[in-house]
Amino acid sequence: MLSRVANTLYWMARYVERADNLARLIDVNRHLLLDNESLGSDRIADFWRPIILCTGDEELFQSLYPETHGEDVIRFLTDDPRNTSSIASCVAQARESARTVRDQLSDEMWEEINALHLFVRSDEAAHLLLEAPPRYYERIRRSVATFLGISATTHPRDEGWEFMELGRYLERADKTTRFLDTTSYLPDDGQGSIGAPGMLHWTAILGSCGALGAFRSGHHRLDAEGALSFLVFSRNFPRSVRYCVERVDECIHQISGSARGGFLNEAERESGMLLADISYGTAEEAMALGLHAYLDGLQQRFNNIGGLVFETFVLMPEMFESQRSMQQRGHDAITAWKEQQEQQQQ
Amino acid sequence: MLEGYQPDDFFDEMFFSDGTVRPHCAPLFDRIAALDQNDFEARKATCELYFLKQGVTFNVYHDSRGSERIFPFDPVPRVIPANEWDHLESGLIQRITALNLFLHDIYHDQQILKDGIIPRSFIEQARHYRPEFRGIDVPGDIYIHICGSDLIRDDKGEWLVLEDNGRCPSGASYLLENRKALKRVFPDLFDTSSVRSVDSYPLDVLEMLRHIAPRKSGNPVCVLLTPGCHNSAYFEHCYLAREMGIEIVEGRDLVVRDNVVYMRTTRGLERVDVIYRRIDDDFIDPVVFRKDSVLGVPGIMNAYRAGNVALANAVGTGVADDKAIYAFVPDIIRYYLAQEPILQNVPTYLAAKDDDLRYILDHLPELVVKATNESGGYGMLMGPAASKSEVAEFRERIIADPTNYIAQPVVSLSRCPTWCEGNMEGRHVDLRPYIIYGETPRIVPGGLTRVALKKGSLVVNSSQGGGSKDTWVLRQ
Repeated sequence: MLSRVANTLYWMARYVERADNLARLIDVNRHLLLDNESLGSDRIADFWRPIILCTGDEELFQSLYPETHGEDVIRFLTDDPRNTSSIASCVAQARESARTVRDQLSDEMWEEINALHLFVRSDEAAHLLLEAPPRYYERIRRSVATFLGISATTHPRDEGWEFMELGRYLERADKTTRFLDTTSYLPDDGQGSIGAPGMLHWTAILGSCGALGAFRSGHHRLDAEGALSFLVFSRNFPRSVRYCVERVDECIHQISGSARGGFLNEAERESGMLLADISYGTAEEAMALGLHAYLDGLQQRFNNIGGLVFETFVLMPEMFESQRSMQQRGHDAITAWKEQQEQQQQ
Repeated sequence: MLEGYQPDDFFDEMFFSDGTVRPHCAPLFDRIAALDQNDFEARKATCELYFLKQGVTFNVYHDSRGSERIFPFDPVPRVIPANEWDHLESGLIQRITALNLFLHDIYHDQQILKDGIIPRSFIEQARHYRPEFRGIDVPGDIYIHICGSDLIRDDKGEWLVLEDNGRCPSGASYLLENRKALKRVFPDLFDTSSVRSVDSYPLDVLEMLRHIAPRKSGNPVCVLLTPGCHNSAYFEHCYLAREMGIEIVEGRDLVVRDNVVYMRTTRGLERVDVIYRRIDDDFIDPVVFRKDSVLGVPGIMNAYRAGNVALANAVGTGVADDKAIYAFVPDIIRYYLAQEPILQNVPTYLAAKDDDLRYILDHLPELVVKATNESGGYGMLMGPAASKSEVAEFRERIIADPTNYIAQPVVSLSRCPTWCEGNMEGRHVDLRPYIIYGETPRIVPGGLTRVALKKGSLVVNSSQGGGSKDTWVLRQ
């Protein structure tokens, strides 16, 4: 498979997953706010801050919306094209990636992702977001679920599939830790002390992962340690970090064709080590380290794996020589764009 | 649906001038007449939605919004009877055969110039002539592997060749998608036993690509080279690559080592044998042509010269579809094949010839003037439709650089019933069949019928408000 194509499939899957996670996060936070009746509207923005922080765009948000209202945050995160991490932007990037590698996708996969893109840009979407936000977010989630279902039933289990799965699970692992990390940025309680996450928060986080039912049936306590042991360490819940990393490790080994439990390249080594750490780790240990520090550490390792995958399969070390010239030419994105259009159309 | 339809004074594809239906269109006429107008409109909208969902879109250049648009589709098909198609087929095969002999000659001995059939200056001034490739042999001596000649019909219904697109003709995906959409949405219009299938196109192209592979043993690796996803025909590139089951690559995916072309894969480098390139000569190799090209593959021309990779179409074919050389194609056919041309040219005046130049300048408001090195409907003057200042501007341009211009009388293209906002009206059409030249020349029975949707307009290009129709070639 062409390295560029592998990379594009990987990012397409990541952006789809990112859009889905964001839709879940926003919807659940909205619900959470409805339960906070006593909250003055001027403080609503504080309750959105953790989400902006977890998507990492606080500076951009403040520059675009100097006076924040709850509605602004929702727009910023949902359909503001100026925010490259908004749902609309993620969908647009996923669709552009899909368009680039369209020959690799089944017709149905393309149709679904294109339909999602057309929906997000439609008047209908703008109307729903204003009048019935839950239905908007549900549409996004359902479309993503449809896309994944179609992929699962129409895409051959080839290298391209492994790259898509790799992207999807790496993104999901990252987002699950970020959901948990929102509790590290809670606004103060109005009396000067930092708010501590309560039952409501853990319920909301589990809800955004669609995990409430599974969580309850596992008899965990509804507190930080309980949520952590489920969302990070669960063996079989498909959004838990452990489950995702297990899949990531499997995909990387599948791509390079080596046996699990060993490594041929740095990407495999890193994913294997992370998997071991999580497999033999406990929520207790993580809490002892401090929730935020622990989650932060995980996120860095996810990034590291992503970088190593890129170096191993896309850049290819034996080709650094020609790669350098590519990087020099990489600055010429605008030239390329112009030249692509300049081809004489016959 | 068709009551009150006026063929007017044009040659109409469906009706005689007295309004009676041409016999070969009679079954279609009956089926269209049986349709309900509201149902028809709803289904036309379904077609459009189908194209939008499929992403069958193109980008319009010189449009600041740079947005993707669907190529407007008119559901009323254009029908070509079997005997006319046989005539077109033999005429087009004659033409591409002669053009390939011409290109081989031009890039070798140039006998046709020595014999004085074409003045040497016309070749040397042709923008797409590539003298650096003289003496290079190409597989099977084939230069134009895919040709998309544009055909029109005059007011008597005679078929004429308007131009030969022998570099990177586009539009074949619309030919295939139009048929798919029509079958899906208007199955009741089809009489499947009588309309010939166009489905084999991608496999015909693939077979041609495999035929020209320099390495005869094994399974040649064929790829489609695209300028990238911002190119207006990117949808088509993906579509064809997928239908053929070959990789679609960008310049940056290819690398040349020791005069062999490889593509970068997740498992290292893989050798490439044949490149169906959809990128212009100018951009294909920054070492040889435009130095600033970031789309090309440095060194690919050396691999090509060394015979390690085949290109379809070959480098330098543009000299054969140059608008000035076009005027000589009938002579080219006579010269190489000793046959009379089966399909005629549109009469053409070359501004580079003194007599012609005088005629052109005296008759500008009646003529269509074209710059020899432009395509896609750009750089054109439609005399009868142009304002005085536009005519004056072109006059100066022609005087300043006569070799760059040709002129033709306005041919009142044939018309075809077309659905225009609630009415069936006549609109002008052309036809682009796709000729594939591999082991033997082959033409998919059909083509892209482009239609000028604006009332009275003769310009069918997608960039200038044109749409398209499905084209039916009948079995009998």
